Formats: sequence, structure tokens, C-alpha cells
Amino acid sequence: MGELTDMETAIGRTVGDGDGVYLAGFTHHIPFSAGHEIIRQGREDLHLMRATPDLLYDQLIAAGCASALTFSYAGNPGVGSLRAFRRAVEDGVPNELELDEYSHFGLTTRLTAGASDLPFLPLRTFAGSDLPEHNDNIRRVEDPFGAEDLYAVPPLNPDVAVVRAQRADPSGSAHLWGIPGEIVEAAFAADRVVLCAEEIVDESVIRSDPNRTAIPGMVVDYVVEDPYGAHPSYAQGYYDRDNQAYLEWDDVSASVESTIEWLDEWVHDVDNRREYVEKLGAERLVDLQPTTAYATPVDMGWYG
Amino acid sequence: MSDYTDTELMVARAAAELADGDTVLVGVGVPNLACNLAKRTHAPDLQMLYESGVVGSNPSSLPLSIGDPVLATGAHSVLPMQTGFSRYLQAGRVDVGFLGGAQIDKYGNINSTVIGDYDDPTVRLPGSGGACEIASNARRTLIITPHRERRFPAEVDFVTSPGYVGGREGRRKLGLRGGPEAVITDKAVLRFDDAGELYVETIHPSADREAVQNATGWNLGFADEVGETDPPSAETLRIIREDLDPDGVYTGGSR
Repeated sequence: MGELTDMETAIGRTVGDGDGVYLAGFTHHIPFSAGHEIIRQGREDLHLMRATPDLLYDQLIAAGCASALTFSYAGNPGVGSLRAFRRAVEDGVPNELELDEYSHFGLTTRLTAGASDLPFLPLRTFAGSDLPEHNDNIRRVEDPFGAEDLYAVPPLNPDVAVVRAQRADPSGSAHLWGIPGEIVEAAFAADRVVLCAEEIVDESVIRSDPNRTAIPGMVVDYVVEDPYGAHPSYAQGYYDRDNQAYLEWDDVSASVESTIEWLDEWVHDVDNRREYVEKLGAERLVDLQPTTAYATPVDMGWYG
Repeated sequence: MSDYTDTELMVARAAAELADGDTVLVGVGVPNLACNLAKRTHAPDLQMLYESGVVGSNPSSLPLSIGDPVLATGAHSVLPMQTGFSRYLQAGRVDVGFLGGAQIDKYGNINSTVIGDYDDPTVRLPGSGGACEIASNARRTLIITPHRERRFPAEVDFVTSPGYVGGREGRRKLGLRGGPEAVITDKAVLRFDDAGELYVETIHPSADREAVQNATGWNLGFADEVGETDPPSAETLRIIREDLDPDGVYTGGSR
């Protein structure tokens, strides 16, 4: 079961130099606050992992935290390319970055194998692509039932996964809605899990709708109450994606100097997410507030 | 000067490729607009899927990325990525997939990985994302791209997503489903012949044969009777400008 704590403690106790770190999410619920804490704590030589490395991974790479990246799409979603990622791959700035590259389906299948303790899983992709030539983890496997050969990938088991959800009880059982991406697979595949929630709620809230519990407390090590911790990405029903920040990053990341300045201002010179949110200001957050659209409640029935 | 932008024509032409009842794996930009245009005109029962795991999306405003919250609210279903890829795409439940890329060759093989050598790239591109599995498992794929010579080389630097590989037979041997159906550019609509090679079917009113050939890195085949691409109708333009992209985020620009 997870232990309720603060972000500094959770990251300090789980993320060590050289670890494989999966900060999960597909555009939604991106653990920005956790990534910024990793930068503040000065972790090095990390093997970063995520299907969709975005601004946060660009920031971690620019800060010199990473030496390897397992991924399938490295872009600024809806905007363009990741400039710090490109500087690392094309020019070795600030350091070389070893790539371990898949397609989305290839990478999420690796996590699925990792989450269910299988030595490999076959899938229908990669045939005719040049990706297998450049990645020894993508191999042909013979069908034991004789129908056809397929490509297969091995499990991915990160040392640490940081995942987010809208609400969780103090032990880390979490309700997650909107686009789940590969969040749940990452939580089950990782050795250590930090669960960050927009809200910590009473266990009875979680038990009232058990079908919505995507992540059980039994796979969670640390639980952090972390409102707005996904900004500038979003939390469905809580706040929208701050598109302005994604557009601005394209300019900020254009040079090493402006990137470092940004990291100083928004990561090193704030102590935690609360200070970051205060710095952002209420007006900007109010603009990101959606109007409500409640789901119809379900009746679980009482069978006492 | 014309009454419409290149992108508006591409949206209209892409929409015409979609049939009522099709399940379509969509991307942002032209594919999203084409699907919404088709839904509002000839294909009301078209189903929109996103590789983020959203099924039956019904966005109330223009999504800026394929993972936007507006795609999830009011959708039929929202799934883990793995479920979307395995039970929908891999299982053969996707009729049409949209693809783009930095380079496309004459067999419709697409590169979205690197320009130059993989281990020492000139330009590092974002990578496959879901493109490789869409190209491998959708029943047909539509490729949307600007038409420039550097985008249409005789051979791509890296095959991220397979088209007809070395020809239709090559694709069949690999056990891949479907294949590319058409390439819609800002100059022409191209299709694939019996050998699996691209040829020009129609040329847009703003372009001519020479412009299309000059923007292609190999000797391009042309249909026996190359037609002119139908320009978008007034009603199509009204839907695009008033309903789908009122701020001209994707369809603006010079006419």
C-alpha cells in the first residue's frame, strides 16, 4: 500500500542516479511536477522511458538528467519537434542520448508484458519497417502453433514509474478518467510507483465506484497530493491543456541559453509545485477551467 | 488566386475518400477536418478513433492534439492505448488510417524517423508514434502531405511505416493488411497502380503536370486521362469556415 507523503520525499526515496524512469501519460496527466522535482534533486544518467516524450522530457534532457531514452514518438504534441531532444541526438548537447526506439504499439506491448511478467509478447507491427534493423529488442518469433511468424518485444520494467490520476485515497487506490494512455500498464510494470493525485479523497469515495479504480493501492509505494501537478498538460474535468505553454516552449527551447534560463526560473528557483502555481497566477488557471459535464451516476446496488 | 486555400481543397478531397460507416483512425489537422466534414455531409455514421485510445469521438471544438480532453468528453468509449491498438487496429476493426510523413517513396513507404543516417542523423524526426501499426493494420490508408521534391524522394532514408514495400507482392508476402489507397497533396491526388507504384490521378486547378513532376524525385506516372481535381463546393467551404475551423488554424492561408 502507498504511503502519503510530499513530492520531495517521494522522488528522493524512489529515483536514484542511473534508474529507468517512466513518467507516464499520453498528453493527459503528464507528471510535470514530479519531473521538475527530479531536475531539482540533480539526478543524473537516467534512462527515461515514455511512448510520448514531450516538453517534460525535453526539460529533463536539457537539464542533463538523461543518458538514454526508450520512446516511440518524440514531439511537442500539436506543435512540432522537441528541440532539446534533437540537440542531444543530432549534436550530443548537453550529452549523448542513447535511443531505444519503437512504435507506440511496440512500446505499450513491452509495458503490457512487463506488467504481466511475460518474457515477450507478439504483435502485428514492424514487418516491412526498418525499426527492427536498429533495435535488437524487436525480434521475429516462431508461432508454436504453426500459423505464422510474428515480431515480438520483451517486457519493459522501469525501476520507477510516476503516474497521475484525478483522485486517490491515502493508500493510492486511484480513480482515473479521460485518456489513460499507458498509465495503468506503467504502474503495474514498474518496480517502484509514485502516484500523484489532483485530490486525496476518503477511501469510501473510491469504494463507491470500484470500476473506476484503474490503479490499486497495492502497486503504489508513495502517494502525493499534487493539485495542478500536470500543468501545462491537463487533468480531464479539472483543467485544460495550457496550449500557450506548448507554443512558448518552441521559442524557449530554440537555444541552450534560453532553455537554461527557463529551467532556472520555473524549476530551480521555485521550491515546489505550490510555488510554481502561485507564480503562474490565478488568472491563467481560471482560464483553463472547463465547465462541468458530469457522467450519470451508476447504481452499484446495496446487497446488505 | 482562387476561392479556397490548398488545405481546404485537401480537406474536401480527403473527405470524399471516406464512406458512411467507415471506422477511421484520425490525426489532427487535415484528417480531423476531413472526418468532421464527411460526418456533416455524406457519412453521418463515420466513427472517429484516435491512437490516444478514444473511440467514437464527437469533439465540440477543434482538437489541437490527438490527446486533447475535448476528444474524450462525449466519446463512445475511452480506452487504454494498448486496447485501441490490439483490439481495434490489430484485430481489423479500422477501415481507414490517415498518415503523413517527412518522406514518401513511389511505393507509399513513409519515413517519419530520420533524415540521413539513423545513427548519425542530419535531422531527427519524432518517430513512428502509431504510424507503423496503422500502415500495417488499417484496411486502407490515406497519406496527406505537402508536395515538395524533398518529401518525394526515389527512396526514403528510413522506412518507418510500410506502404507497398517493393511492390504489391512484397506487401502481401509480409502478411500486412490493406495498404495505401491514395496520396493527397497540395498539387494532386495520386493512387497506386497494379504494381503498387504511385501515379497521378487528378491535378489540382492551381497546379499542372510540370509542377507535379518537378516536386517529385522520380519519373512519375500519369493516368491515361489525367483529370482536374474537383474544387470544394460552396457548401463544403461554408462548413469548413463556419463550423470546423472558424479561426483558420489549419485551413487559413493564401487563396
